[in-house]
Amino acid sequence: MKLTDEERGMRDGAEGEAVVAAMDLLIRYGEALGAERLVDTRNVAGTMTQPSPAKAKLVEEGGWARAYAVINLDCDREIEIPRMKVPTCQLQHGLGQDAAGLTAYPAQSIELQGSAENYFSERGVNILATCTPYQVGNLPVRGEHVAWMESSAVVYANSVLGARTNCEGSASTGAASLTGKIPYWGNHVPENRFATHVVRADVGIDTFQEWGMFGYFVGESVEEARPAVIGSLAQPDLADLKHFGAATATSGGVELFHMPGVTPEAPTLDAAFGGSAIPEPITYGPRERRWVYDMLNGQGTSTDVDFVLLGCPHASLDQVARIAQLLEGRRLHADTELWVMTPGALRTMADRNGYTRIITEAGGHVLTDSCPAMSKAAPPGTRVFATDSAKQAHYLPAILGIEAWFGTLDECIDAAVTGQWRGGLRA
Amino acid sequence: MTELRGRGIVPGVVEGEALVTHDAISGFGGIDVATGTVIEPRHELFGVCFTGKVLVFPGAKGSSGWSGFFQSTRLMGTAPAAMVFRVITTKAVLGAIVTRVPTVVEVTPNPLETIKTGDFVRVDGTTGIITILTPASGGGVSPNEKGPGAPHLD
Repeated sequence: MKLTDEERGMRDGAEGEAVVAAMDLLIRYGEALGAERLVDTRNVAGTMTQPSPAKAKLVEEGGWARAYAVINLDCDREIEIPRMKVPTCQLQHGLGQDAAGLTAYPAQSIELQGSAENYFSERGVNILATCTPYQVGNLPVRGEHVAWMESSAVVYANSVLGARTNCEGSASTGAASLTGKIPYWGNHVPENRFATHVVRADVGIDTFQEWGMFGYFVGESVEEARPAVIGSLAQPDLADLKHFGAATATSGGVELFHMPGVTPEAPTLDAAFGGSAIPEPITYGPRERRWVYDMLNGQGTSTDVDFVLLGCPHASLDQVARIAQLLEGRRLHADTELWVMTPGALRTMADRNGYTRIITEAGGHVLTDSCPAMSKAAPPGTRVFATDSAKQAHYLPAILGIEAWFGTLDECIDAAVTGQWRGGLRA
Repeated sequence: MTELRGRGIVPGVVEGEALVTHDAISGFGGIDVATGTVIEPRHELFGVCFTGKVLVFPGAKGSSGWSGFFQSTRLMGTAPAAMVFRVITTKAVLGAIVTRVPTVVEVTPNPLETIKTGDFVRVDGTTGIITILTPASGGGVSPNEKGPGAPHLD
């Protein structure tokens, strides 16, 4: 890989030991990818504060510096961690103080995360604590090179915002934070951003649920490729595209999609393909729609719902408002819990607008920082959960060994209030 | 002895039993790091442990936690012995690096067809050469066989 004079200096120690380790990782990583060079970035979204058994052990051995060295730099040497060189945020992590006592999630993990927040805040990391940094002030611009992880945020940044990022990991973002560099490869290179497949919806994609199911089909169909999606698509909003992208990155590994007329790099279908021949479309019709629905609902038999989870990826303020509106004056079933996951910054707005009060008075909880899948935690005794998120419905049964129902927001609220799943695919 | 050639991306030499899957692997929600086992219900390797095996797979899918999850298998002592995969993605490449096991990519002939589960193989992540030292059960094994104790296939 070709390095600039500045990068060679960093590799050789001009900016200290931690930067040496970071450059070493970036060079190993870039060369393994086949990248020719690094590119500058001033926007890193990674993870340092999320507790795990392996991390707890490292912290015990040598504090957060040791944990960062091993996990975020793949380095076993004892090094000091300086202030981050470029703006860096912490994505979602474990459950926080607001969830204490609601689950069997260990109090030590909440404590460990608190100490990590202190350590990394002092080093310039913004604790956004959400899988949706783009909802709370980290909004890269079109063409900007960023180094993000969290697959649902990566696909949103590339596709909806037109920023450029690969799906990075804890180590590559850890190295990017200290150097402002990331391999110039994959989605950073303009010619790698054109569409490779067309997926055409022949059924109306016009609700939050339909966007999630369509996304799940698209990911299943194209795997890691770059789809252009066309057909009966209603105008999506932020929450629809958040749900759609997250689903494509769950059933498959989509990091970039094009939606002609909606996403910035695809004013037209031709533009999405950069003038190359457009392949025959993969079609999404009633049969495929039924397949997705049955797949996401094939993980449950009992209709007694113990737990309803909303806000995956983290709910927008608009989604929280709708939940509050549906719950106003109602009361959850005695045996059913409801969690609404949202970024801390939006929780503040939800408090201010009274949404939190309405949801709490109904018996639900508005929580931040994490989700049941990230924290491997649900209310005690949960056997059956319901959600409006294709991503959470896909992951949580495997992670917690519970049954899942996937439906609309109305169906989920109904389940929370009655304790029964009464959902079904609308005609 | 069959020899396959590719590009080594994590150096080192290891010999071990191959575990081959035609399904992409998910890190987050796809593997349990404490036991080194695939936990995704619809996966061909559901319930199968990859610890100490030469893991031959198409590539990584799902969450960006992939590399972190495989790094955790290293820290918990449940990592595979080596990795061989087809599709180069940031997730899989970074995952191989932080798992610190010999890894070869861009292999011909197609390792998913050539290497069978149970084959005893040598993976040289420095030269990129993979050698099938002893074929599984005399070489007449179906591509999807998982060895004793494996659960049902879909």
